[in-house]
Amino acid sequence: MFLGSGGSIFPPLRFYAAMRYSIFSLARNALTGHRHWTEQWRKASPRDAYDVVVVGAGGHGLATAYYLAKNHGISNVALLEKGWLGGGNVGRNTTIIRSNYLLPGNEAFYEQSLRLWEGLEQDFNYNAMVSQRGVLNLYHSDGQRDAYARRGNAMRLHGADAELLDRNAVKAMAPFLNFDDARFPIQGGLLQRRGGTARHDAVAWGFARGASDRGVDIIENCEVVDLAIEDGRVVGLKTTRGDIKAKKVGLAVAGATSQLGAMAGLRLPIESHVLQAFVSEGLKPLVPGVITFGAGHFYISQSDKGGLVFGGDIDGYNSYARRGNLPVVEDVCESGMALMPQVGRVRLLRSWGGLMDMSMDGSPIIDRTPVGNLYLNCGWCYGGFKATPASGWCFAHLIATGQSHPNAAAYRLDRFASGAVIDEKGAGAQPNLH
Amino acid sequence: MRIPCPFCGVRDITEFTYLGDASLSQRPDPASPDAAKRFHEYVHLRDNPAGLHDELWYHGGGCRSWLTVTRNTRTHAIEDAKLTRASKSRAATP
Repeated sequence: MFLGSGGSIFPPLRFYAAMRYSIFSLARNALTGHRHWTEQWRKASPRDAYDVVVVGAGGHGLATAYYLAKNHGISNVALLEKGWLGGGNVGRNTTIIRSNYLLPGNEAFYEQSLRLWEGLEQDFNYNAMVSQRGVLNLYHSDGQRDAYARRGNAMRLHGADAELLDRNAVKAMAPFLNFDDARFPIQGGLLQRRGGTARHDAVAWGFARGASDRGVDIIENCEVVDLAIEDGRVVGLKTTRGDIKAKKVGLAVAGATSQLGAMAGLRLPIESHVLQAFVSEGLKPLVPGVITFGAGHFYISQSDKGGLVFGGDIDGYNSYARRGNLPVVEDVCESGMALMPQVGRVRLLRSWGGLMDMSMDGSPIIDRTPVGNLYLNCGWCYGGFKATPASGWCFAHLIATGQSHPNAAAYRLDRFASGAVIDEKGAGAQPNLH
Repeated sequence: MRIPCPFCGVRDITEFTYLGDASLSQRPDPASPDAAKRFHEYVHLRDNPAGLHDELWYHGGGCRSWLTVTRNTRTHAIEDAKLTRASKSRAATP
């Protein structure tokens, strides 16, 4: 992992405005009573003008600002956030990282993201608790096995890892599963060993610290109320903390994409839906990695604190409420019981909801817009967390160079009109079915 | 969430299936000269409002009618529910 990050073991010496974290800084601060830790990023106030303004200090916006500064040397950047940093979907997901996609437009992008995850902690000098504990997708029928074999082959052709396990291999790995369910017996699974989980909040904090160090102004409690557009080009933003001029504006606002798009006169292929997630009381180590149920929609892992973290389908109707309804809670728990009957005695600790920017083909958009100098990053459906590093990398590339990054070239806004959609699930333009 | 069906009364959401924005009940004319553009907009583009939203629900677990429901997407509060066919014919009457 360390060597695989593409750098040397000994990074070049550089000066950091903030304290560089290491075992020595930890020891030094431990010996001095932890009184000398400095703040991890600056609290900035908006200035009059920036080269680039990115709207949305969630995972994708933070990663975009970080890579704008680091990869492209563009540090005269403001990152605007209407609430608090990392308070949206990056703070309320199930923390899974993986690159087990089938279609060519997707797999290269998500594999790039997984490779960035593998070197991320060394790159931004922050413990994001990236844990490659494996992602196992179970299959329960011959047809599903064939579909997973095909998916695994597609992944390997793109340089990702994938192994098709039979029933005994799954049994050796996760003996606690309900193998002999009468309706959906477990026949095997598709395993990506390099997949796993990461500490979601630390990802946001690591990118924030790295971006702030490089000169990016992260401005919280600053809601964009309108976009200033002249001669078909965006020239600035009106915010609750004053007007800001900008040469380029990037939107990375997930569930609020349609509202920001409307400010630029755009009607977008997005519906906002609510997705719930759940965490149980803490248990002793039980689930070794991420396991997904193939006969329903259910995914589960165990956090380092011991809680079972799990989720399932979106609620299935347009929502901005950040809370879901009980039928989906029941459905998710039924799937969990079918897979692991022993969880029936575990108490649920918390559940929460987040706003998903569901696109019309289930795949994201990273592209220019018909408005000059306005760039769009949206449509992550409920799979945005794993994409965070590559999304930032490719969106920064697009904003800095005006050209799509090769790995995100298929994520065009006009693909719905042209027909070049990327529909992994084959569900068509029905966002609540993706 | 519970939906007040005009036929069946207030019923649990599990009896209903969601389709989406109520504009989906007004299919564009395939013979119009700009049909390709209008069908793209019909199939793919949405207003996606944060607030009141007219939307289509199918009462498959009850009277099997299509309903046009006005619901607040911020609060999930339902303001109105009427038969889609009736509301459509009303709209067609001058």
